[in-house]
Amino acid sequence: MQPRYLRLMVAVLAFGALAIPAHAATIQIVMENLVISPAEVSAKVGDTVEWVNKDVLAHTATANNGDFDVMLPPKKTGTLVLKKAGTFDYYCRFHPNMKATLKVEP
Amino acid sequence: MFVRLAAALAAMTLMSGAAFAQGAKLTDPQIAHIAYTAGVIDINAAKQAQAKASNKDVKAFADDMVRDHEAVNKQALDLVKKLNVKPEDNDTSKALSKQAADKLAELSKLSGAAYDKAYVANEVAFHKTVNNALEKQLIPSASNPELKGLLQTGLKIFEGHEQHAEHVAAELK
Repeated sequence: MQPRYLRLMVAVLAFGALAIPAHAATIQIVMENLVISPAEVSAKVGDTVEWVNKDVLAHTATANNGDFDVMLPPKKTGTLVLKKAGTFDYYCRFHPNMKATLKVEP
Repeated sequence: MFVRLAAALAAMTLMSGAAFAQGAKLTDPQIAHIAYTAGVIDINAAKQAQAKASNKDVKAFADDMVRDHEAVNKQALDLVKKLNVKPEDNDTSKALSKQAADKLAELSKLSGAAYDKAYVANEVAFHKTVNNALEKQLIPSASNPELKGLLQTGLKIFEGHEQHAEHVAAELK
């Protein structure tokens, strides 16, 4: 490989590493038949949570403390980038019997 | 006057008990009809609320009820079509529809905060009655596993609605 390309590649990799922290991951949570699974999830600040709504009904992922409120239309996906550490209990505003917990580590 | 009110309340209690009287085992076509009818009743109540409610949480709740019950009833229709089951009218469906028509007429005479409160209180009561019937009567009586499954999901949805209605009722106090 030409040194010029190598340098470019290193630069791209370095830039990529800066833009996306090494530990950033996408965590998928499924809502199906009014069940949130997994009901408890651990993640880190910088990770993305992706809720997949498989029901024909609209749901929400709403933090009990009001920190987030993600609308999830029927058969659609919603995402949230985690910015704050803590334990967040959340529920669906339309079906408050749907409950789960998100643990975010620093 | 109080005697008359008490008599009316007693009659109402008897009636709501009668809609889901224990008795002959219900068939799948009858169960499908009852579940669908309950959905239609709640959609009609919600449409009245969309027109009459003044509180924004009550209006939003009514929107949620129309959206959810229409989605569930569409699933129910798709299922009966697939199973080649023809929903069959029956005494429980008739009693439910009659009570619902009376309730709509009663609610139509109210307005403002009094209407909002009465609508939400009735939503709590109606979902309680239907959930109880689903759990104790309709789900155990259903023979087809897919129909049973849909009723079980329906129960979870309506339990959610009952809690949602309770939250809204608490906010109105």
